[in-house]
Amino acid sequence: MPPVPSQGLPQQEIVARLQEKLGARALKVTTCAGQSAVTIRPADLREALIFLRDDSALQFSWLMDVGGVDWMGYGGDEEQDAQEWRFEVAYQLYSMEKNHRIRIKVAVGVDGSGNAESVPSVWDLWGVANWMEREVWDLFGISFDGHPNLRRIMCHDEFVGHALRKDYPINRRQKLSRPSEMLLCGRHEWA
Amino acid sequence: MSHDLTKPSAVNGHTRGHGGTDVPPIATELLTLNIGPSHPATHGTLRLQVQLDGETIVNTGCEIGYLHRGYEKQCETVYYNQIVPYAERLNYCSPVHNSSAWCYAVEQLMGVEAPPRAQALRVITSEMARIIDHCVCIGTNLVDIGGLTNFWYMYNYREKMYDLYEELTGARMMVNYPRVGGVCLDAPDGWFDSVLRVMEELEEAVGEVHTLVARNRIFMDRTIGTGVITPEIARSHGVTGPCGRASGVNYDVRRAHPYWGYEKYDFEVPVLHGGDNYDRTIVRFLEMEQSRRIVEQAIKMIPDGPVLLDNPLVTLPPKDKVYNTMEGLINHFKLVMHGVRPPKGEIYSVTEGGNGELGFYLISDGGPIPWRVRIRPPCFANYSCFPKIVQGQMIADAVASLGTINIIAGELDR
Repeated sequence: MPPVPSQGLPQQEIVARLQEKLGARALKVTTCAGQSAVTIRPADLREALIFLRDDSALQFSWLMDVGGVDWMGYGGDEEQDAQEWRFEVAYQLYSMEKNHRIRIKVAVGVDGSGNAESVPSVWDLWGVANWMEREVWDLFGISFDGHPNLRRIMCHDEFVGHALRKDYPINRRQKLSRPSEMLLCGRHEWA
Repeated sequence: MSHDLTKPSAVNGHTRGHGGTDVPPIATELLTLNIGPSHPATHGTLRLQVQLDGETIVNTGCEIGYLHRGYEKQCETVYYNQIVPYAERLNYCSPVHNSSAWCYAVEQLMGVEAPPRAQALRVITSEMARIIDHCVCIGTNLVDIGGLTNFWYMYNYREKMYDLYEELTGARMMVNYPRVGGVCLDAPDGWFDSVLRVMEELEEAVGEVHTLVARNRIFMDRTIGTGVITPEIARSHGVTGPCGRASGVNYDVRRAHPYWGYEKYDFEVPVLHGGDNYDRTIVRFLEMEQSRRIVEQAIKMIPDGPVLLDNPLVTLPPKDKVYNTMEGLINHFKLVMHGVRPPKGEIYSVTEGGNGELGFYLISDGGPIPWRVRIRPPCFANYSCFPKIVQGQMIADAVASLGTINIIAGELDR
C-alpha cells in the first residue's frame, strides 16, 4: 500500500514565515479546527501571494479557491463588532509539493455610500482567478483592479445589486428584458 | 524513374502546398458560431461562442451562469441538515458524494466524527457515485464522438447502481442519505452481497468498453493530441480530479488528506501524462477499477456498530426513546426546532468529488443557520481553462473536449 504523503509544515510555522515577511501588515491570525487564516490589507495581497508561491519552504503553487464573505451583522461578538471592514475575500492556497494549505483573507472596507474597496487582481498569477474574481464581483460587488474582463458571471447583466450581500433580500425578484449579452473573450485575458 | 503514386508532392506537374502554385488566395472571413445554452453537445446549460476560420477555432468565449440558482444564498437561510438535499443538486451525477462531503464539513467544524460504520457506508456510496459519474461521462462523451454502443453498456451499470441506491435509501438519484453525524439508515440484509455482485459484473463491463475504446483506431485518431491540458495550464487553472491526473498532476484528496478512513484501503491513483481527450477518458476507466476495489475492501472490512452518532446535540434520538422517554422527546424537539449548532468559526473542508477537489468553505456564527457557505466546485476551475485548450483545434474536437472535462452545470453555476 503506498504511503500517505506527509502533511507538510504545521500551520503555525507557515503563519510565522508569513508574519516574518509581512510584519505588522498581517492584521489578524485566526485558527479554527486546525486551519489558520491570515488577514491582510488589499495593498499587500500580491506581495503575500507571490511570497507564498515562490518561497522554497512553502511552495503554495495552487490557488484552489477565491470566495467573498460579508460580515455585516455577524453574531454580536465583541471582537467582530470592532472589526473595521465589512467584507473579506478568502484565498485558499495549496502546496502540492509540500501537501499543506493556508487561507489568506483580504480585509475589504466600504466607503460612506456602501461601495467596497477594490482588491488587486491575481489573474496573471493563476488563470482560475479570472472567473473566481468575476464571481466575487458579481455576488459581492467587490471589484478587482487590473482584471481584464470584470463582468458578471452568474447573474444576468441587467441584474441590479449583489446577491450574496447580507442586505440583499433573498426573495427579491428582478425583471430582465432580454437574453444576456455575450462577448467573445479575447486572448488578452488569458493568464 | 519517378514514383508518382508514392510522392504526393508532385501532382499534374505542379507542386502542392504553399509557394509552388500561382493560385490567388481566396478572401475568407471568420465565422462566429453560437453553441448552447441548450445544445445536445453541452450536456447542461452552457453557452459557447467560437470564432472559426474554416473549422479551426481562433477564439472562444464561455458564458456560464444559466443554471445559477442562488445556491449559496439559499444555504444562508436553512438549517445545516436541510442543506443535505441541496448539496445533492450540485453534481447531479454523483449526488450522494456531495451531501456526504457537506456533512463531513459540518462535522469537522463541530469537532465530531461519524461512527466507523457510517464512514464505511459513505465510502461505499460515494465510490459507487464516482463510478456512476465516470459511466455518464464516458458514455455520453463517446456518443458525442460517434460511438453509441458504449452508452448502453455504461448506462446499464448506472441503472444497476441506482437500483442498489433504491434498496438502501428508497430513492434512486437524489437519495438524501447522509446526515450530520453519520448516515440515516443501515444497509438492509443482503445489500452488501448485491453490491459485490454488481461490482463483479462491472469489472467485466468496464473491461469490455475499455477494450472497445482503448485501442480503437477511430477513437484514438479522434482524441489523441486534442484538447491538451498541459501541467502548467492545470496548475494555473486549478485543474484537479481525473482531468488533472490525465495531465500528470498526481493529486487525489483521498490520498493527500485521507478522510472517512481512506488510508485503510489499498488503491492506486492512476496518473497519465498526455493531458489530451484520450488520456482523460482512459484515466476514468482506470479510476472506476480502483473505485471498485475500494468498494470491495470497504465491504469486506466494514465494522459493526451504529451508523449515527449518539449525541443529542448532533443527531436525533431513536424513535423508541422519543416516544417512551421524556429526555428523548426533549432532545428530539430541541434538535428539530433549534437545529445543529456548530461553534463560531470557519473551515475549508475538501473531499475528492467525481471531477476533482470539492471544497466547502463554511462559516458559522454559532447559530443553527450557516453564516456563509462557499462551494469550490471542481468543474468551475476545470472549465475555466477551456478557451485555452481548444485554441487552434477543430470545432468537433471542442465538443469532444467539453465532454471529457465533464462539466456538470449544477455545480458549475450553483
